[in-house]
Amino acid sequence: MRLLLSVCAVLALAFSAGARAPEPVADAVILSDDLPRVLSDYRFFQDAAGWQPNERVVPYRLNMPLFSDYAEKYRFVYVPPGQQAKTKGDGLLEFPVGSALIKSFGYEQDGKPRLLETRVLLHRADGWLALPYVWNEAQTEAVLKVAGARIPVTFTDPSGRQHAIDYGVPNKNQCKECHALSGAVTPIGPKARNLTRDGQLAEFARLGLIDREPVVDYRVPLWGEASAPLNDRARGYLDVNCAHCHNINGSASNSGLFLTYEETMPVRIGINKRPVAAGRGSGTHDFDIAPGDPDGSILIYRLDSLEPGISMPEVGRTVVHAEGVELLRAWIAGMNRKN
Amino acid sequence: MIRSLLLATALCLSAPTLAKTVTVAPGADAQERLQEALILAEPGDVVQLGAGRFDLVDGLSLDVDRVTIRGAGMDQTVLNFAGQLGAGEGLLVTSDHVVLRDFAIEDSKGDGIKSKGADDIVYYKIRVEWTRGPHAENGAYAIYPVESRNVLVDSVITIGSSDAGIYVGQSENIIVRNSVARYNVAGIEIENSIGADVYNNIAVNNTGGILVFDLPDIPKQGGRNVRVFDNLVIDNNTPNFAPAGNIVAEVPTGMGVMVMSHYEVEVFGNRLAENGTGNILIVSYSKEQNDPKYNPKPIGVRVFDNIHGRAGYKPAFPGGEQLKAAFGGAIPPIIEDGTGESILIGDDVAVLSMGLTAPGQPLTEAKPVPVAGASEPFDGRQLKPIILPEAMEAATR
Repeated sequence: MRLLLSVCAVLALAFSAGARAPEPVADAVILSDDLPRVLSDYRFFQDAAGWQPNERVVPYRLNMPLFSDYAEKYRFVYVPPGQQAKTKGDGLLEFPVGSALIKSFGYEQDGKPRLLETRVLLHRADGWLALPYVWNEAQTEAVLKVAGARIPVTFTDPSGRQHAIDYGVPNKNQCKECHALSGAVTPIGPKARNLTRDGQLAEFARLGLIDREPVVDYRVPLWGEASAPLNDRARGYLDVNCAHCHNINGSASNSGLFLTYEETMPVRIGINKRPVAAGRGSGTHDFDIAPGDPDGSILIYRLDSLEPGISMPEVGRTVVHAEGVELLRAWIAGMNRKN
Repeated sequence: MIRSLLLATALCLSAPTLAKTVTVAPGADAQERLQEALILAEPGDVVQLGAGRFDLVDGLSLDVDRVTIRGAGMDQTVLNFAGQLGAGEGLLVTSDHVVLRDFAIEDSKGDGIKSKGADDIVYYKIRVEWTRGPHAENGAYAIYPVESRNVLVDSVITIGSSDAGIYVGQSENIIVRNSVARYNVAGIEIENSIGADVYNNIAVNNTGGILVFDLPDIPKQGGRNVRVFDNLVIDNNTPNFAPAGNIVAEVPTGMGVMVMSHYEVEVFGNRLAENGTGNILIVSYSKEQNDPKYNPKPIGVRVFDNIHGRAGYKPAFPGGEQLKAAFGGAIPPIIEDGTGESILIGDDVAVLSMGLTAPGQPLTEAKPVPVAGASEPFDGRQLKPIILPEAMEAATR
């Protein structure tokens, strides 16, 4: 009997391997109440190593990505068949229930990309849920780690510097710390203003992923787009790296420091603003941004630090983003001291 | 027999979701085991921490409503964060109706326990300590509820915070009682909050004992209705060790109770002594600010029925030494900057007014004048006691 069963299993396997169309993304798994134990349960990828997206799983890129310890990030979006995300001007795409955002993180190791983790953001009936999956040594399976993990990794950054870090996989609550608006989980990255590169929004519309190509008024510049105004690049950087917590409904709402792209009040973006609860994060400085004085600005001090309790963002950074700090230094240095 | 079976069945059916107790012991992989328990907990559950020392390498967090985290005692169960690699605090709570009791947090890199947007939170018999004592690189706040409604802090001990031991910010309906704050910059601080009773606490050996502040450029403003009563506020002379830039770095060493730019504060029935600068200080926010919604003045402050011991013998503000000499060795135990409105002093002690006329005026322009205390005592009680939901009170029994 057992033999018969395993013969059937082998036949089934052979059949599925030989078939042209892979099994589609597992909508029922996305929508279930469970915490799926392995990434492959969702069938977002055709291969066990998590590189070949399945049908309807569309890769995308952001103009200005969040800095994550120089990790390479591979982003994908899934919208269930027969449905579309709605566009809202420059803002966040509104994904229907059943959608998923998938983001893999890795570093090049021995000349080959190697994945450390894949984070999924699932739009379930009762809201979004964020879960982290950690890849095994053989790169054949990623397993749910609700409590997060620390993974020692050595890598070389784009400017050739070597780093040896304890890469932090966020736990489920830490996912929410950044992804929370008024206490509910929400996507952060796929805002129309940050998706304009390479005709991506037009392509999304052509694929039927979004209802129409939105008109974007104030796009976020591409990272490293030297021709873009310094102010736009700096504000874009703050928007993408800080504003998910530093907004009036975010995890850092109590600070009064609001770094969204839309904010216009100087004191709210930190200019001549005194800290509220910074503690030793103040670095003995009086203001978040002291115009014309990057060395006297708390914002630079905290981005330049690796000390927990001082460094910002609080989650997801164990090395300094030298290029980001340089950008913000130039921006603050260029401000009129008597602002 | 049949009847009792039926009864048992009925009981089972009517029981709410079965609350369970999950026990976590110290030892290897404490971080992952404890964090996993906090994530997988369901409403109603108790996460029971075993006795001993948990060596943690990252911040912990709880985001499930109606969970109790309970240890074996504030000296028996210790969550040690000396090896912490990330996060802004030792423990972060972001859910409602949470009870934290009977454990300690030691040497976290940032704040000790922060609860944000966590309504109906109870801190009971918790100790938060930086074990090296006062140090500028200690975390800012030991116990840090913020943006919450209904906060109870009862029978806690905080030691060594580089800002405030017990700090309640931008919250409503608060009780801080029966607690001890030692060797912090500020022992207890109520900031930008509405409705707080602070009583039966001991604030000793801090830079400043108990602070009631309202600050500009913060989302929630208009701090009001705070009662500070029946506390022991003694020997708060630890030199200010707060990192510059923080508002508490401005607190003069040797301060008992300090009220800054706030509406409706009552300070009564406290025993205050051996505070080198003063027992009670009432001032405006004096730094430059352009917040149109902000009131920098103290308005409606009533001080009465306090018992004053020695104070003002080491005034730690510019010109303090000259004033001390002028007063023959000690300035009065109660000091006002002169800018406040409706300030009623009922204590039978001398009062020093600095004679300033507007918030922000520099102390160099002060025209200090002694003012007599009340000619006869009065009862200035106008604010109503804070009442918390019964379930919160029950959690401390």
